[in-house]
Amino acid sequence: MALVGSWLYNICLAVVCVVPTQNELKFHYTVHTSLDVVEEKVSAVGKALPDQRELYLGLLYPTEDYKVYGYVTNSKVKFVIVVDSSNTSLRDNEIRSMFRKLHSSFTDVMCNPFYNPGDTIQSKSFDSIVSAMMVQSS
Amino acid sequence: MADDVLFEFLHMEIMSYVYKEPRMRDDPDTERVTGLSILEGMGFRVGQGLTDRFTKDYPTFKDELDIMKFLCKDFWSSIFRKQIDNLRTNHQGTYVLQDNTFALLTQISSGKQHLEEAPKYLAFPCGLLRGALSSLGLESLVSAEVALMPSSKFQVVIQKT
Repeated sequence: MALVGSWLYNICLAVVCVVPTQNELKFHYTVHTSLDVVEEKVSAVGKALPDQRELYLGLLYPTEDYKVYGYVTNSKVKFVIVVDSSNTSLRDNEIRSMFRKLHSSFTDVMCNPFYNPGDTIQSKSFDSIVSAMMVQSS
Repeated sequence: MADDVLFEFLHMEIMSYVYKEPRMRDDPDTERVTGLSILEGMGFRVGQGLTDRFTKDYPTFKDELDIMKFLCKDFWSSIFRKQIDNLRTNHQGTYVLQDNTFALLTQISSGKQHLEEAPKYLAFPCGLLRGALSSLGLESLVSAEVALMPSSKFQVVIQKT
């Protein structure tokens, strides 16, 4: 999963992989391409659906190997989760709750006075929450 | 609950600490300007963190006016326990937020006596507003003025890029 921040420029704040031996670069690539889909959804929401202004964006697009889910906060920080397609046990609700947990631990990181917005996230509690979530889902 | 008072005391201490720095006693003008910008900078960072926390469960904001309404109602009441009394706009990016009994000024006696000191108390809230707007995606310039204690007006000008 990855966090990409900010409304002016897209910086990658954190990328965490379940299996370190897998090719991390491939995940970075997938995340970057999914950002375009996120942008498209964000700009479409304003015009088409004034009622449904949810933060959760849902399944961005399925590729042959992975499914990519997106979520945008009000401060324009984007969360992207990439899941193995073979793992069919993960349902929508579970992904939603994963994003809620991510959002609340990200809020805690933001409120840390020693964290400057835009830096890479180096908080231990954030990392442990994310790792626990990934272990639980795989 | 003692919550509001705690912040007011802390704010007073921050202000006296910032203005007690020795380097500032040399030149009264730099003293005033540097102190204000330090306080504003603190407010900016706090505003960013606070907006993240408050907007966690909110649906996305429709437009600028929606954001300003959020600031006037929910944001202001979470911090100062009351809403902004009056919001005016020229619909071209300038907003004036008026608070008739501004929390940080109520403890100072009303009247002309301390009118000059009032802007120091407004630097932190200006920073709060600017930080909140910045984290929601809007660059802005925030300034404040006091005509009659304890009522204060905050002027927000959204920068169009």
